[in-house]
Amino acid sequence: MANQGIGQAVRRKEDFRFITGQGHYTDDINRPGQLYAVFLRSPHAFAKIRSINTDAARKMPGVVAVYTGKDVAADKVGGLICGWTVKDKQGNPHKAPRHDIIAIDHVRHVGDQVAVVIARSTSEARDACEAIEVDYDVLAPVTDVRSALKPGAPQVHADAPGNLCYDWEFGDKASTDQAFAKAAHVTKIELVNNRLSPNPMEPRSAIGEYDSGTDSTTVYTTSQNPHVIRLILCAFVLGLPEHKVRVIAPDVGGGFGSKIFNYAEETVCVWAARKLKKPVKWTSDRTEAFLTDAHGRDHVTHAELALDKDGKFLGLRVATMANMGAYLSTFASAVPTYLYALLLAGQYTTPAIYAEVKAVFTNTTPVDAYRGAGRPEATYVVERIVEAAARELKMDPAEIRRRNFVPVDAFPYQTPVACVYDSGQYAKALDEAMKMADYANFAKRKAESARKGNLRGIGICAYIEACGIAPSAVVGSLGAGVGLWESAQIRFNATGSVFVYTGSHSHGQGHETTFAQIVSDKLGVPMENIEVVHGDTALVPMGMGTYGSRSLAVGGSAIIRATEKIIDKGKKIAAHLMEASVDDVAYDKGIFSVKGTDKQVPMAQIAFTAYVPHNYPADLEPGLEASAFYDPANFTFPAGVHIAEVEIDSATGVTTIANWVAVDDFGNVINPMIVEGQVHGGIAQGIGQAMLEGVVYDPKSGQLLTASFNDYCMPRADDLPSYKVGMIETPCPHNPLGVKGCGEAGAIAAPAALMNAITDALGTEDINMPATPQNVWRVIQRQNLAAAAE
Amino acid sequence: MYAFNYHRPASLADAAKLLGGASDGKFIAGGQTLLPTLKNRLASPSDLVDLTGIAELGGISASGGAVSIGAITKHAAVATSADVKKAIPALAKLAGGIGDPQVRNMGTCGGSVANNDPAADYPAAVVGLNATVHTNKRKIAADAFFTGLFETALEEGEIITKIEFPQPKRAGYEKFRNPASRYAMVGVFVAETANGIRVAVTGAGPCVFRHTEMEAALGKSFSPDALKGIKTDPAKMNSDIHGSGEYRAHLVGVVAKRAVQNALG
Repeated sequence: MANQGIGQAVRRKEDFRFITGQGHYTDDINRPGQLYAVFLRSPHAFAKIRSINTDAARKMPGVVAVYTGKDVAADKVGGLICGWTVKDKQGNPHKAPRHDIIAIDHVRHVGDQVAVVIARSTSEARDACEAIEVDYDVLAPVTDVRSALKPGAPQVHADAPGNLCYDWEFGDKASTDQAFAKAAHVTKIELVNNRLSPNPMEPRSAIGEYDSGTDSTTVYTTSQNPHVIRLILCAFVLGLPEHKVRVIAPDVGGGFGSKIFNYAEETVCVWAARKLKKPVKWTSDRTEAFLTDAHGRDHVTHAELALDKDGKFLGLRVATMANMGAYLSTFASAVPTYLYALLLAGQYTTPAIYAEVKAVFTNTTPVDAYRGAGRPEATYVVERIVEAAARELKMDPAEIRRRNFVPVDAFPYQTPVACVYDSGQYAKALDEAMKMADYANFAKRKAESARKGNLRGIGICAYIEACGIAPSAVVGSLGAGVGLWESAQIRFNATGSVFVYTGSHSHGQGHETTFAQIVSDKLGVPMENIEVVHGDTALVPMGMGTYGSRSLAVGGSAIIRATEKIIDKGKKIAAHLMEASVDDVAYDKGIFSVKGTDKQVPMAQIAFTAYVPHNYPADLEPGLEASAFYDPANFTFPAGVHIAEVEIDSATGVTTIANWVAVDDFGNVINPMIVEGQVHGGIAQGIGQAMLEGVVYDPKSGQLLTASFNDYCMPRADDLPSYKVGMIETPCPHNPLGVKGCGEAGAIAAPAALMNAITDALGTEDINMPATPQNVWRVIQRQNLAAAAE
Repeated sequence: MYAFNYHRPASLADAAKLLGGASDGKFIAGGQTLLPTLKNRLASPSDLVDLTGIAELGGISASGGAVSIGAITKHAAVATSADVKKAIPALAKLAGGIGDPQVRNMGTCGGSVANNDPAADYPAAVVGLNATVHTNKRKIAADAFFTGLFETALEEGEIITKIEFPQPKRAGYEKFRNPASRYAMVGVFVAETANGIRVAVTGAGPCVFRHTEMEAALGKSFSPDALKGIKTDPAKMNSDIHGSGEYRAHLVGVVAKRAVQNALG
């Protein structure tokens, strides 16, 4: 047991069932009498629905019901909501046009749901879908932000003039303008942060089930936050009493943000199940996932950095257009605003920052949080422009960063964009990373590549992120419709084993192991005697779920608070058993003792006594369980330095990653193996964004050209290098575990590191992600870099 | 997938009869293209006639300066065949680079050739090696077999039985994969055969084609440098989000040089 506590690389408890195929995902669940839903989806990016004829479909074999927007309207079903209201420059709330669970009069992106068939089998439902006749009045679509903001552009929503969701600003414009006025040098850059499809391995799935005997509804769903889904379904969309709705998110095969949101399809399953009094299941196929899972990123940005003659940053100006897609998804509005502009200081002391963000509706799939959510976009802007400035000033990119880092003795550090950084050692991470990357000898390696006719580049990214977004009062003041605390409950059994209930949700993060390690460490219970329970609103206290690398910093802290309550009560029981005063009872790793004596009682005996209280303090309740809710004092600010080195085949434009170093500071580390795994996965996604992935719409038709893995390029093992991962542990000072969060760091750091390496090799900033072989080759042609190789 | 009738005959005669009797029948071998098409409801044949139960369509044999590969031979079998590796190592390499292990253990040589996907590998070997396609009715020369995008000289009901690859003096295959699908965006098979140099290009255009200018240049000097300066017409190339006509045309030159290098060993 000594090697299973905090800080140990304990093997994941959950892996046995996953690796042996015994996980239970939503689609593995089948309920008696279950029916199957299949959606008819719009083949057009933008169209008015003139009429829908479902007569033939209704008569098809196995068909139980066919619903269209008319049925949704007749039942007065609420629209899907956006849970974060952003106010524009004038203080007006953003435009959140109605988003019906089945389109009523218009379809606004390819894949928008037009009708649903509910049948005894999926194939019968599909057959019936093909028999539905829809008469569309096809309209010209608009898919990109620049076109959508032009006068005369197609209007996606009548109640969002100019396709503008909001025009928002943050930071001090006047002081930023002053900084630019006195600058010795200004670096400017144009950046596109490419749109990504989340592609979790498990597609979305849901079962709605209604029990008329108790008037209660159960929802099985692929969610990262079952309580939030219950709240939205009950309070906003379907108007159900919360105590009559149970949401279960069983094993979930990855989310990356895309399973935070309340979607139309899951909602239709619940609505239809209640109408039909039969369970209704829907499971997305991969094409539907490409068409309907909320996408990520899609920013177009102009940024300017003002510097003095020594390379010190004086001010940063950023103007971003963010694509919201056709509708405002659950937390879409917050991503390019509060999760983005607040991070524009990066790791630096830039004294003046001003950002403007226009959020724009287009005829595309809605865009919302995706691994990093706003913070990768911010890091990409900061780290690309810092690198570009160094090149323009002929400074070493490492040195320009070092000159501008927030120094170690400046924490807590107030940035000009609202954040108070908790702790960090930015220069130390850079030094360590440069050592691991053998930065000093890069020129030799570049010369060696040149001899082979190849190009070589090295790129640094010093990223920062904000995790465990909180406290609730602050996020509320910024427009959040929810609190961002977390819950935990620890429940001992009489025999000494323990249930740990967490309001966070694991869909790959390894909570069942990490959280058990915390409880094992604090309460002295062996790992195998601890069961971590999550994902069921009937079992777990109200919780906020998992996103934004919050589970450990917020949910883990709630667990610590609960362990403290257990220990406090345990001391009272121990004092009684050892006939001592409570003040004289000491506690250490599962053992209660009387100070200065050899008397001791183990935790298991305390638990047994609590449930068989024959010899028990008179004024104490029996039982041993404790609940805690934790609302953090601040965000946490993980940070680190990644260095990428690439070699480019100048004949083909193929980029090979020659080396990757990551030195991250996540505060204290509970399980270094799981943390390293998170880093690896995050980097893979970041490399995917920078070199491989990208959602492409045909600008004329609005058709999604990357609707399968044949065209959407996911990273594969042989696209990725072996990473060198280092850690610095600067504890977070404001949470009891001293942890900061690690889930998104790789995806935040990797794109800028890789693009800085590629642009270094190519000698130009003018290339967008993804830097595919074709895109790199075009730059090579433009720059005449292939001459040497020919 | 729509409903269909499934047949698994044991003889070529029965297979032809079954297809002839179907209202809209299709042959299936490994199904690596047809099954995904069916699953996506993009085709609705009335009958599927499975050829993988016909023993005479299997097997690999090497004799008389040629390697014969039965139509239902899996890519994995070709890749690992000692006979193929000895006689035409470039062909074994090509087969071992198709798709992934699952595809290589289901997909068949005859199926790939009959389907003539513009991004498939086998057509490059068939044309590059001047192979002969044997069917239940006749023998078809490589140059006459591939007629266009997903089009071949096969007639309705005609079944490939085997493909006979003459052993070249030397040969090399190189492909540039589409980053997303990993199909050949450009694949070039170069061979020095008894009747001269052959250069077959797959992936780049709508159908496999011979690059006669390259053949002539390599006929003078079989070396990568011989291909220097030879252009390929971008207008004749495929173009998509992964590779424009210009990029593919450029890659044909790069990949051909590397194929020659492979042939030289």
